[in-house]
Amino acid sequence: MNALASRRRHPAAILLLLLLGLVATGGLYSLLAPKPALAAVAAADDVNAGKMLFLANCATCHGQNAEGGKDGPSLAGVGAAAVDFQVGTGRMPFAGPGVQAAASKKIKFTDAQIASLAAYVASLSPGPSIPDDQYTKGDGNIAHGNELFKVNCAMCHNFSGSGGALTRGKYAPSLRNVTGRHIYEALVSGPQSMPVFNDANLSPTDKNDIISYLHELDKNKNPGGMNLGNLGPVSEGMFIWVFGLGLMVGAAVWLGAKAA
Amino acid sequence: MEPTAAGGGHPGSAVRLDQGHVEGEVPEPFADPGLPPHVSRSADLDEHAARRAERQVAALFGISMVATVIFLVAYFAIDQNTYRFVPGIGQANLSNVVLGVTLGLSLLCIGLGAVHWAKTLMPDTEVTEARHPQRSSDDARAEAVETIMAGGDASQLARRPLIKYTLGGALGLFALPLGLQLAGSLGPLPHAELSTTFWRKGMRLVRDPELTPIKASDVTIGSVFHVMPEGIDKSHDFLEEKGKAAVLLMRLNPDDIKIAKERDWGHDGIVAYSKICTHVGCPVGLYEQQTHHLLCPCHQSTFDVTEDCKVIFGPAHRPLPQLKITVDTEGYLVADSAFREAVGPSFWERG
Amino acid sequence: MSNVATPKGAAGLRAKDVRSEPVKGGGLAGWVDDRTGAAKPVSYLLKKVFPDHWSFMLGEIAMFSLIILLLTGTFLTFWFVPSSGQVIYNGSYVPLKGIAMSEAFKSTVDISFDVRGGLIMRQIHHWSALMFTVSITVHMFRVFFTGAFRKPREINWVIGTILSLLAINEGFTGYSLPDDLLSGTGLRAAEGFMQSVPVVGSYLAYFVFGGAFPGEAIIPRLYTTHVLLLPAIIVGLFTAHIVLVAVHKHTQYPGPGKTNDNVVGYPMMPVYMAKAGGFFFIVFGITTLMAALVTINPIWLYGPYDPSPVTAGSQPDWYMGFADGALRLFPGFFEFQAFGYTLSLNVFIPSLVVMPLLYGIAGAYPFIESWVTGDKREHHLLDRPRNAPTRTGLGVMAISFYLILFFAAGNDLMAIKLGLSINDITRAFQILLIVVPPLAYWVTKRICLSLQRHDRDLVLHGRETGRIVRTAEGSFFEVHQPLPEHQRWALVQHQADKPLQLAAAVDANGVRRPGARIERLRGKVSSFYFADSVDPVTPAELAAAHHDGSAHEAIEAAQDDVGQGWVGALHGGADERPETDAYAPHEQQPEHEADPDSTAR
Repeated sequence: MNALASRRRHPAAILLLLLLGLVATGGLYSLLAPKPALAAVAAADDVNAGKMLFLANCATCHGQNAEGGKDGPSLAGVGAAAVDFQVGTGRMPFAGPGVQAAASKKIKFTDAQIASLAAYVASLSPGPSIPDDQYTKGDGNIAHGNELFKVNCAMCHNFSGSGGALTRGKYAPSLRNVTGRHIYEALVSGPQSMPVFNDANLSPTDKNDIISYLHELDKNKNPGGMNLGNLGPVSEGMFIWVFGLGLMVGAAVWLGAKAA
Repeated sequence: MEPTAAGGGHPGSAVRLDQGHVEGEVPEPFADPGLPPHVSRSADLDEHAARRAERQVAALFGISMVATVIFLVAYFAIDQNTYRFVPGIGQANLSNVVLGVTLGLSLLCIGLGAVHWAKTLMPDTEVTEARHPQRSSDDARAEAVETIMAGGDASQLARRPLIKYTLGGALGLFALPLGLQLAGSLGPLPHAELSTTFWRKGMRLVRDPELTPIKASDVTIGSVFHVMPEGIDKSHDFLEEKGKAAVLLMRLNPDDIKIAKERDWGHDGIVAYSKICTHVGCPVGLYEQQTHHLLCPCHQSTFDVTEDCKVIFGPAHRPLPQLKITVDTEGYLVADSAFREAVGPSFWERG
Repeated sequence: MSNVATPKGAAGLRAKDVRSEPVKGGGLAGWVDDRTGAAKPVSYLLKKVFPDHWSFMLGEIAMFSLIILLLTGTFLTFWFVPSSGQVIYNGSYVPLKGIAMSEAFKSTVDISFDVRGGLIMRQIHHWSALMFTVSITVHMFRVFFTGAFRKPREINWVIGTILSLLAINEGFTGYSLPDDLLSGTGLRAAEGFMQSVPVVGSYLAYFVFGGAFPGEAIIPRLYTTHVLLLPAIIVGLFTAHIVLVAVHKHTQYPGPGKTNDNVVGYPMMPVYMAKAGGFFFIVFGITTLMAALVTINPIWLYGPYDPSPVTAGSQPDWYMGFADGALRLFPGFFEFQAFGYTLSLNVFIPSLVVMPLLYGIAGAYPFIESWVTGDKREHHLLDRPRNAPTRTGLGVMAISFYLILFFAAGNDLMAIKLGLSINDITRAFQILLIVVPPLAYWVTKRICLSLQRHDRDLVLHGRETGRIVRTAEGSFFEVHQPLPEHQRWALVQHQADKPLQLAAAVDANGVRRPGARIERLRGKVSSFYFADSVDPVTPAELAAAHHDGSAHEAIEAAQDDVGQGWVGALHGGADERPETDAYAPHEQQPEHEADPDSTAR
């Protein structure tokens, strides 16, 4: 009986077998599973390229002509801004079942492909366009941006953009480290539950001010020390009960214990 | 030994078994073995260990002194506005961190040193102190009673009822002016203030905080505007009025609005509702564009904008009051009437 | 009176600690004593003995936190401006430049950014406030679960309950002073609570706020309350609290040598002065390090209060969380309108009734328990929580009720951090609030009773050493080591409370006795408390367990009926050993039970 067979009754054997099975299944799946259809950009026309990409990646949920369907809303009037935002932050294509699409580091398309998609959707019906650089640089009035943020944004996104809960499992995400362009586009297109803040409501300069404020927060200046997520008294309470009381009681136990 | 829960009766009230009235025997308990034998510490037995403990205590006190000196220097040397990267904190305010850590160490090490000293070098043999019953002796009690009664008799209070009653009256009344000062002048009477707001017919809706008026065409479907009545910033009680007059403006597809009155009071799908939650008054700011729900972040009262903001979840009871709006000749949105009911949290005389 | 036993080995070293000749009092001490006669009380105080256990330091954490609060708070008053007057900010914090705000908020931002050491002072103050309320709470739990509130300490318990309420309100007024967005939202809610009071609500709100909300009176009034009124009452009550501790002498845990009539521990001079004094510095030091490294209440990020904006995740400081949770869970159905009047029980009850009710029941508990037990003796020995199963169960039930309300206040943060629906979380908490407390009571009580039985088992049968011994006849038994005398004492010293016996409801002539109905209720409650009490082991039982071989506890007796051979199965079924046997009792006593089937006797 060789060494391997003699260990066949080892308690870890079944675990190892399961692990091998999982690795094998996963590996086979990734080898054989259908790849996402990233059609090569053959056409010279940007809108056409976008149409190809759209049909391959978006039409199943949003309809052949972006008219909407069971699984995705109509894209009429969302404009290039919405597409640039949704695809550029990895929210679209929608990764899996859930109440809300989450931002993702894994962006499925290159910048050129996103631009094509945006151009295509914009061509279907007029909507907000990708903003000009001068309004997304974040060189505006930080204090004014703060004021606007508190009135229009803090109730969903929290006072420092750490995110907040909406109903039924939806949420307003954290605004940390989002590019100025994406912030502008979200404001102007009103993704998912977020209301639309068109340029008549918050002017382009106002939006730039808000971007400036958020970028100021991104500098992560925490004069008081660790910010515990900037979530307010709840995290402070948790800290005092766990670490504060823990340290004090630890000191008390040490104090009352007999020395060596 | 089973507990003897006899149900019999003794004259008198309910009793405890161990306080004298027993049925059956009370079993003999264990005897107290007395204090356990003392175990010496290493510093009690070994002079080297004692010296080591002394050095440890001295080191702790020494760290405290060094930390204090660094604090004194850093207080003046570090500029208030210096930020440096500290792992775990991010961009930390250097002054705050250095002052805090040095102060903390200077205090903590005194404590650690003192406790370590007590633990290792001070005697740790347990000492016993006797207790005495809390109650005073019967003699002391009797003497106290006697003193009070004698004094009371000597004051003639008991046999002079006129003094007794007028004394009671005077003492009972003298504190009333103090109470009246508080109750009478702490604040004005509310009158009808809780039922009225700054809004009047014809007032333009202006943006919060920019104070610019809003055209109906600016409000697109899915938008939300935070508005106030025009001229409120000139009011002497700006914040107080704002606390009642804050309004949320939204535009829905008119077909989505299920209540006729809501459509009438709006303008082409643009509706205005009080932003002050009817639960305890937080601003209801969270508008979910797709579900048309308004969520209050404080206690999660949820209002359905398609159904005249009636409460669909949470601890609020009344729907948000609607502000009737229309447009003026230039296309700006204006209030068509004041609020028809009191806004904000309920109160007794609300009606 | 003190018994100091000098340990043999350390005699030489310790000898240097004892003076050969007494020192005469003179100098400064003499000067003070000439004028105050303080020598006697000082020596009385310095000889006082305090028992040593870490759980007795929880109240000290509160005391030291109070001192830290008074110190840092005084510093803050030199820079804080308690005024609602509107100003434009022009300090060093860029995101607020040019923004209109109250003087109170501006002065707080200035303390944080433009006063040297200001931020550390503010943070020490606020962290210390949180530590104060936390330590009061755990101290209250310790006192409750060990029964330290019994006679003669009922007054101190009531004082402590009031102090706890005052501390919470002191914290609320304190964090509302900066007039920032978060605390201002809390004040707005407070105004809503006042409005909901039946009949006088709107008047109450207008009187407290000096008019409409927010008004200009509330910040200065909160300042007076926070800096003058409440601290004065707290310091006064707290002084009474510790004077009573000194008068009653501290309680102690049961142990060998510790009786109801003595205090065993260390004297104030030098041990406790060093330990307690050192602990003060430790508490101060840890609090300061927290304040140096962890942000608390970043009001510059919240921004100034305005009735229009609000932040997601609006919660009060932790000690108000249970009231916030109660408001989130209490259904809106309970608001009624009739004849032009509105009764908002959905707001009134969770905001203004729950807190006084909970604290009122807590404050009254010692009197309830003494009515139930009829116990009029003084108690200076603490109970081990397991020896008072019903009390412990009730305490855990109350804590579970409180905790569910407390966690409910964080439902929105739970929703985003755990990826759940806030509506589902809220529903779940509503259900848990009803279901969990009685369940917690029952589970805790059962655990206490089984721990008590385990203690009995330990005493009767010793500690299982895990060593299995095989006899020559081929039978196996596990060696049990009986508990040494000093270890055993803590398990057997308590007295199991018994339900009260009732007198007859009617007297000899058949006439109903006055108070009979109350007595019957008392009997029922007493029975609820103590019907299943577990007695401690007596020497007679222990002897029976050793020699008889057939002495079983009531529980094991039931198992005898299950089947033969089960008897003594706990101990391996070894036979009684004659004295000369190799396996007979030496230092390690193998515990054995006689097998009734055995004929080896």
